Amino acid sequence: MSSYEYRPYPYIRPAELDRPGKRRPVVIVGAGIAGPTLALSLATRAVPVLLLDEDDTVSLGSRSICQAKHSLEVWDRFGIARRMVDKGITWDEGEVYLRDQPIFRFNLQPEPGHKFPAFVNLQQYYVEEYLYERCAAEPLIEMRPLNKVVGVASRDDGVTVTVETPDGRYGLDADWLVACDGVRSPVRHLLGLPYPGEVFHDRFLIADIRLKGDLPKERRFWFYPPFHPTNSVLLHRQADDILRVDFQLGRDADPDEEKKPEKIDRRLRQMFGPEARWEHEWSSVYTFTCRMMQRFVHGRVVFAGDAAHVVSPFGARGGNAAVADADNLAWKLARVIAAKSPAGLLDSYCSERRAAAHENIRQSTRSTDFITPKFEASRRFRDATLSLARDFPFARALINSGRLSVPTAHPGSPLDTPDSDDDWSGGPAPGRAMVDAPAGDGWLVDGLGTDFTLLSFGETVKAPPEPTPLAVDCRGLVARRYDARPGTTYLIRPDRYVAARWRRYDGAAVQAALARATGH
Amino acid sequence: MEGALRRTLNLSQPDDIYNAIVDAHKGLSDEEGRVFDARLILLLVNHIGDEAVIREALTAAAAAP
Repeated sequence: MSSYEYRPYPYIRPAELDRPGKRRPVVIVGAGIAGPTLALSLATRAVPVLLLDEDDTVSLGSRSICQAKHSLEVWDRFGIARRMVDKGITWDEGEVYLRDQPIFRFNLQPEPGHKFPAFVNLQQYYVEEYLYERCAAEPLIEMRPLNKVVGVASRDDGVTVTVETPDGRYGLDADWLVACDGVRSPVRHLLGLPYPGEVFHDRFLIADIRLKGDLPKERRFWFYPPFHPTNSVLLHRQADDILRVDFQLGRDADPDEEKKPEKIDRRLRQMFGPEARWEHEWSSVYTFTCRMMQRFVHGRVVFAGDAAHVVSPFGARGGNAAVADADNLAWKLARVIAAKSPAGLLDSYCSERRAAAHENIRQSTRSTDFITPKFEASRRFRDATLSLARDFPFARALINSGRLSVPTAHPGSPLDTPDSDDDWSGGPAPGRAMVDAPAGDGWLVDGLGTDFTLLSFGETVKAPPEPTPLAVDCRGLVARRYDARPGTTYLIRPDRYVAARWRRYDGAAVQAALARATGH
Repeated sequence: MEGALRRTLNLSQPDDIYNAIVDAHKGLSDEEGRVFDARLILLLVNHIGDEAVIREALTAAAAAP
């Protein structure tokens, strides 16, 4: 059914089956999106990684398809984002329809001058394939497919992991274990940790189909379309002439009935007309939950991605949050392992990424409540909003078909140094993600390395060992995006968040902010 | 207690406006009337714009005996 060729990754009999191996600094469980992204980020910082996966192929089905700008910026540091952009479908705009009429058009990146677009649609199996290939080329990463974690014993100074393979079981000792093993996280279950949250009962059908023709690049969302008059439909284009059609089915839909190909074809026929021809690629009838662990760090075991938090699909906040988790965790874990920061620095991973997960759940729950109102008054206000939208622009802003993923701010993080100058009228404040802009012949994001960066506008600062200085021209778009004047200085974290900023360079203030941002 | 929400009369022809609202519901079913009210609330809320006023009105509407 699928046009994608799944190639099994080679299983190699682990040496630990015969004799005890050496203790590992980091073992990552799960080779989905978060795991390999974290592995590459750690390897960039000279940390060797063992990456275990119970499976031996990439994601079955397209799953998480909307790769956001901030994820592409992370993957670009490993040299694989361009490949994703070239293969995928670039989009910045979306259109919302009521019945057969367009009522609202939005642009997620209204101003040009960024290296990457707001979104690239690319099937998760391609993302995982590119990540996997990049990991395979990285000497510091060892990958072991068909290695399933079946036991975890966590102590104060490390973790002992029991792994099951086709050739039997072996034990591993690690300083740190990172569980990126998905929403059903075996590691979370083995440790008996709860996963509290909310269950939603509306059923949805994803039909991925190959359809030749003039396919739309933008995101399209219909409320009550003529071809599915009782509910909503979401349409995304993916690589290889594949469309994702996502039908809202309601609470009473029978999943076994809805999965039948002839039933899906009937729905598609109503949407695309009697002349259209398509081939099925993948389909799935799903419901969803919003859940979050109470803590993401449990001693020497850390949770990231869907293993730690999960949201509804509206807003592309699952896979992209997993990448952001990996990006937030990697530099902190590398510093702790290198004894450059106390282990308490990881507490900020928990607080910052829990704040992000909370925001993602809040946003996606609001979208879900708008798309699938849970009670009559909620539905009435939704329909009132839709009926006003054509003639009243304010109502268009209230239409919530998914608020799409942007980097989550974590204001008030203990790592941030609040503004001391009071004349900022723009630019990213401490706790917010840096913004890209054209710089020199390229892009600002290309000028930053793997460590802390000191962005100096208009003057070159004498180089301290840390942070790495980067002088930026004080004119043009970059200065405007940073509300910069000569002397304006930003301290940027390795995960490209602003830690502090000043109107004048002050060496002592920079070092104090750096100490604070590194958990000292 | 005086907050952001006006509690004294702000209409020059109060009976006319009151009856206009009631009359607008004539001939509507219960459901149609509720949809009408939802539209009216959204239109007026956006026009008012002051979130403190709107939040105080939400509380006042819930608290009225």
